[in-house]
Amino acid sequence: MSTVTIALPRRGSALRFAQRYGVYGALVLIFGYNLVFTANFFTLANFRTQFVQVIPVLIVALGMALVIGTEGIDLSVGASMAMAAAVLPLYLGYGFFPAAIVALVAVAMIGVINGTLVAAVGVQPIVATLALMVAGRGLALVVSGDQSKTVLDPVLLELSRGSIGGVLPYTVLLGAVLVGIIAVLVNLTTFGKQLVAIGGNRRAAELAGLPVRRILLLVYIVSALLAGIAGLVGVARLSASVPSTLGNLIELSAITAVVVGGTPLAGGRVKIAGTVAGALLLQFISATLIKNNVPDAISQIVQAAIIVVAVFIQRSRQVTR
Amino acid sequence: MSLPTQDVPPPLPPAITDRPVLEADGVVKRFAGVTALDDIRFRLRPGESHALMGENGAGKSTLIKVLTGVYQPDEGELRFAGAPVRFAQPLDAQRAGVSTIYQEVNLIPLMSVAQNIYLGREPRRLGLIDYRRMNADARDLLSTYGIRVDPARALRSLALGVQQMVALARAVSINARVVIMDEPTSSLEAKEVETLFRVIGLLREQGIAILYVSHRMDEIYRVCERVTVLRDGRVVHVGDLDELPRRELVSLMLGRTVERSGGQTAFADEGHTTAAPPVLVATDLSRRHQIQDISIDIRPGEVVGLGGLLGAGRSETLKAMAGVMQLDRGSVQVEGKTVRPGSVPAAIRAGIVMLPEDRKSEGIVPELSVRDNIVLAALPRLSRAGFSSKRNQDAVVDVFMRRLRIKASSPDQAVSELSGGNQQKVMIARWLAMSPKVLLLDEPTRGIDVGAKAEVQALIDELAAEGLAIVLVSSEVEEVVEGAGRMVVLRDGRVETELTGDEVDEAHYLAAIAGETPHQPGAAPDEEQGETP
Repeated sequence: MSTVTIALPRRGSALRFAQRYGVYGALVLIFGYNLVFTANFFTLANFRTQFVQVIPVLIVALGMALVIGTEGIDLSVGASMAMAAAVLPLYLGYGFFPAAIVALVAVAMIGVINGTLVAAVGVQPIVATLALMVAGRGLALVVSGDQSKTVLDPVLLELSRGSIGGVLPYTVLLGAVLVGIIAVLVNLTTFGKQLVAIGGNRRAAELAGLPVRRILLLVYIVSALLAGIAGLVGVARLSASVPSTLGNLIELSAITAVVVGGTPLAGGRVKIAGTVAGALLLQFISATLIKNNVPDAISQIVQAAIIVVAVFIQRSRQVTR
Repeated sequence: MSLPTQDVPPPLPPAITDRPVLEADGVVKRFAGVTALDDIRFRLRPGESHALMGENGAGKSTLIKVLTGVYQPDEGELRFAGAPVRFAQPLDAQRAGVSTIYQEVNLIPLMSVAQNIYLGREPRRLGLIDYRRMNADARDLLSTYGIRVDPARALRSLALGVQQMVALARAVSINARVVIMDEPTSSLEAKEVETLFRVIGLLREQGIAILYVSHRMDEIYRVCERVTVLRDGRVVHVGDLDELPRRELVSLMLGRTVERSGGQTAFADEGHTTAAPPVLVATDLSRRHQIQDISIDIRPGEVVGLGGLLGAGRSETLKAMAGVMQLDRGSVQVEGKTVRPGSVPAAIRAGIVMLPEDRKSEGIVPELSVRDNIVLAALPRLSRAGFSSKRNQDAVVDVFMRRLRIKASSPDQAVSELSGGNQQKVMIARWLAMSPKVLLLDEPTRGIDVGAKAEVQALIDELAAEGLAIVLVSSEVEEVVEGAGRMVVLRDGRVETELTGDEVDEAHYLAAIAGETPHQPGAAPDEEQGETP
């Protein structure tokens, strides 16, 4: 990304360019690298694997993008995934879809609590969602009796392994549909515009008579629900409900994807396409490192470096303005 | 009067009391080429209580910051007790003996009263803090100011006024010879104000000089004997307050010459006495420390100027009517229906909209485009089933961009790239798009260029002519006096008087601001509340 910055004439415009499109450039770079150095990278099978693997992070990142757009943050997404995983097996007797709905209702409660703390009580988002990050997972463990369960529901198995015409896996389709819904929500609805206005200048939004509290509450509920769906995808992939570890540290990947994708941590803008690209970039970077036998510890350091660079680029915007 | 001897410098011998303790000579301070202070000459004598007056932007706070070491002067010099000094940082000034008491108490809330007073210089015994002595000393010290509190209590458990006394006691006990008080009474109860004034008297007896900054005229005349008036970064007057009538002080601050106010002015008003019933009736709006029993009514087509000095409660009154501020008491009615107080959406639904004073922090959403900023409040009206309709938006945006002559490359340009004047027009467009009944304007022309200013002023007239009820707040005397058909003048959070017809001129306005209202014109309902204690 830094090479792009230097190549362009003006520092301000170069930075702005890097903010808007840096993630796509980086994605091209990583593809180019693999094209030359990694064997069997550009195969349908590999791409299918990468896309299937990225789906949970991507879905969580969609909700995270909305929350960050309001100048908030949601650290409790991992707990929401665990909650969905914990509740699902309890109701599978009624069939997969009823059980999934019950699980998502339970998860929505985490969003309600987050949203209420942030919007009505006025707790800082990082504090409120940190509390739920810990308490939510605790609750999930209580619900599940702190037990992992094998989940062998036929519908779930079909969803996790099946695909359309052997090419498009159902989970990837699910991810694509959710991306579409959230993109419409952000770009074409009143809700989306108001959400961004709150992040851009909360005081002005309040003075313009926007229902600020209601919108914030909804945003945190949507974030929790998306995390819950990601939790169900996680259960499907493992064919098991493991509330103690499912979704651990996923908030970091999600935040990175969002920020790398051009949504500033200070809010006021939401980039859904960028978020998708950000999630894919993280996925392909870690895949590249694995394929080149780089130890996992190193790949974590690389992720951290990406966060720092992305946040630096986003911060510079405020300086150049 | 017996005074505590501990930690307090002895009263200065009378022989040198005329020598200033703190002086500024030829002080100039510039910020990025803008001159904030220009050739300031200021003297503060021991034992005197000196008022520093000036409107917004006059340079008061810059001068205080220079005197206390927050800023360093670009030119000129400071002298302390006759010797040139250079305060590189606030601590230097504090060590030299210049203490500042801010509006907000800056002590440590969780520590005890005694700990706060002796922070950093605790009495010790065998190397450990001697709490017993510290508490006893603190109690003695505070009791000399007539304050009786348990010094072991946490500071934050005390009333704000008492906390301020503690801050004062700390400052004086360190070695203060000058105490600067910046709006010290803004959050105090009446009783606490009395205590503060008594303490000021005690400090002066000890030879400590007080520099007192306040917008409240009554206080200034009660507490201070001399005054320095700043305007546009210059000293425009220094002298005894005894010899300076209030009205002249006001005109010095505002830079307006006061003619004899006989009421005979050439200002021929076109007679704004519309018979239409008021569209907005505000009754007894009250909020602790800010506004008291303010009642106003506004008729359609009328521009009512809301006047008064900074801090008189102008913006607060607008905020109260717009539902931005919670009220302790009072109500707002639009066309006879009571508006739910303290709710912006309720006020907007009733047709009351407010252009906030601070465009940047309360008005525009910089990330968003001109279009999105204009339609921000009206979005739900321009949407179908929650989906924002670009066609509906464009219709509205187009109308207002053309009507207000908003200069932007396109509706999609980021609003932060526009000039101040065009941003202000975007804000006005946002509210006009809501087809309001009452438009509250707080400093609508602040920080915009001359051309845009004239346009905005012409627009205000035009909107009133179309039947909109408008309330105008402006620090510029000329702007309110010329723009308004009627004026309600506030002072210290209350309605001082109302000016109608040909009384709406500068002379009457300045007299009203100063609190010199010789006669009450007409039987305005405000009159009765005006005098309640």
